[in-house]
Amino acid sequence: MNTPAFLMFLAIVFVTLIITYFASKKNKNASEFYTAGGGLTGWQNGLAIAGDYMSAASFLGIAGAVALTGFDGFFYSIGFLVAYLVVLYLVAEPLRNLGKYTFADMIAARFNAKKIRGFAAMNTMAISIFYMIAQLVGAGALIKLLLGLEYTTSVLIVGVLMTVYVIFGGMHATSWVQIIKAILLMAGTLVISIIVFAKFNFSITDMFAQMKTATPLKEAFLNPGVKYKDGLDTLSLNMGLVLGTAGLPHILVRFFTVKDAKTARSSVVYATWIIGIFYVMTIFLGFGAAAFVGNAKIVAANPAGNMAAPLLAEALGGNMLFAFVSAVAFATILAVVAGLVLTAATAFSHDFYNEILRKGKATEKQQVRMARWASIGVSVISIILALGAQTLNVAFLVSVAFAVAASANLPVILYTIYWKRFNTTGAIWAMAVGLVTAIGLVIISPNVFSPEAGKAIFVGEPLFPLTQPGIISIPLGFIAGYLGTIFSRQKADVKKFEEVLVKSNTGIGIR
Amino acid sequence: MEAKKINDLSESDYTSIVQSSSFQKLLSEKKKFIIPFTIFFFCFYFALPILTSYSTILNHKFVGNISWAWVFAFLQFVMTWALCMIYYKKAGKFDDMTKQVIEERRNNG
Repeated sequence: MNTPAFLMFLAIVFVTLIITYFASKKNKNASEFYTAGGGLTGWQNGLAIAGDYMSAASFLGIAGAVALTGFDGFFYSIGFLVAYLVVLYLVAEPLRNLGKYTFADMIAARFNAKKIRGFAAMNTMAISIFYMIAQLVGAGALIKLLLGLEYTTSVLIVGVLMTVYVIFGGMHATSWVQIIKAILLMAGTLVISIIVFAKFNFSITDMFAQMKTATPLKEAFLNPGVKYKDGLDTLSLNMGLVLGTAGLPHILVRFFTVKDAKTARSSVVYATWIIGIFYVMTIFLGFGAAAFVGNAKIVAANPAGNMAAPLLAEALGGNMLFAFVSAVAFATILAVVAGLVLTAATAFSHDFYNEILRKGKATEKQQVRMARWASIGVSVISIILALGAQTLNVAFLVSVAFAVAASANLPVILYTIYWKRFNTTGAIWAMAVGLVTAIGLVIISPNVFSPEAGKAIFVGEPLFPLTQPGIISIPLGFIAGYLGTIFSRQKADVKKFEEVLVKSNTGIGIR
Repeated sequence: MEAKKINDLSESDYTSIVQSSSFQKLLSEKKKFIIPFTIFFFCFYFALPILTSYSTILNHKFVGNISWAWVFAFLQFVMTWALCMIYYKKAGKFDDMTKQVIEERRNNG
């Protein structure tokens, strides 16, 4: 057991539990529980968005990918960032103006049909749970490496903590855990980046000159094409990355924690700067790990490269820096899974329980109680699935979540805000086709089927050649929404669209 | 409370707001800004994977060992930050126009 690392893990647990204790006093009604009463400032929400978004997959995964594959690893950083332009230009403000607690609220602002709300809530829960399984499996493996605890114990620790934050602290605790994590992550990454840059004499040209010979890939390390050799797969990945964020329910829900569209806008601006600076630094993390830890040692610790950042910290600053960076990675996981639990639980208790079952008539107390039970339910399901998935390579589930978000949610969001003729049939078609094709294509993809035993979940020839479904499933989601609208006999409800148009553009009627 | 009054609008109120010239102007100004910029950032973004996948043109060196691929990759960040700030500035103007729509509504209703 690594004592400094263990103590820093304890410190993180301690601080986050104190936050949860103070937050628990504020959760008097559903609005406080789901959205912190809409009372966060632009700064706070910007940091929380960054904390919600920069998952362990970003921090550990991208650092590892850049260290092992050079330029190709950096594609993720670019796509994850540019995605915020889609959020800012097309989605954030109308979403804030139309919705109350969930993304389904926004669709319901136009179509008051239960099946649509139910479908949207189901998509939210499916995406959040997929994302969570990937995070929990990653967390289990990581804590096993960092602290030497068993996989099962690790998953249970993370699982119990995330449940505690959410049921006692609701959105208040979740937001503050995310804010603190974002600050820790930025600080840790900045320290490592500066040390790495100093080792390259603070010269970008020196850095590239050294990287040319520092890895087994030699010059190819600095050129695209090491990992992504198939052009269509590369484009498919990039489509999923840039369009998925604007449909991810746990990101969308963050826009309801501020009071109006103007604050939602400024929180995206803060988040974009923070996230952008972080992703620029992933170059230093990746290059540093490749140069000062070395390819062989990174792969030996974890074949996917997930240990690159902690190992780099150890190489640069000894055990203390290793312990700090490991604790930051732990905080990162906690913040992201807490956000996911809360998002899925809100979809269940607000959309299914209150709006559909109780027709919007449940008392505040009943809603908060149902949200707490839903949080426990969501956590238990995710923990059980994560424990079952221990030996499976589930990292691709994150890209599945992005693909489903881009294929099933984004078309409905954009059509709802911007297309006058759009109707309920189109909405159902878009969500159903987007969900089924994105998941279906992954099931028959090389992620799940590989002729080589051990490379994927099943042995066999993949029916779909690409690892990423986006290039097919995203256009299909949009086309299905269009055709469903055109072919249905429903007439467009122009009056309702005018109401949506006024509300989304002016914030009139904002709750 | 004034804010409350504006919240209780009927269907015909929404129609009259949509038909008002100040609202129409807001919509057309927004369209004129958002559509070209959105098309631009998608093109700029997809140009990178398209060029790296189907050509080797970006492998040429910019300075020293830094190839154009890295320069273009970094420009994606610059582009994102720049468009972010442009939007922020522009949105301030839309806020003023929105205020005018709401003012007019209050005076008429």
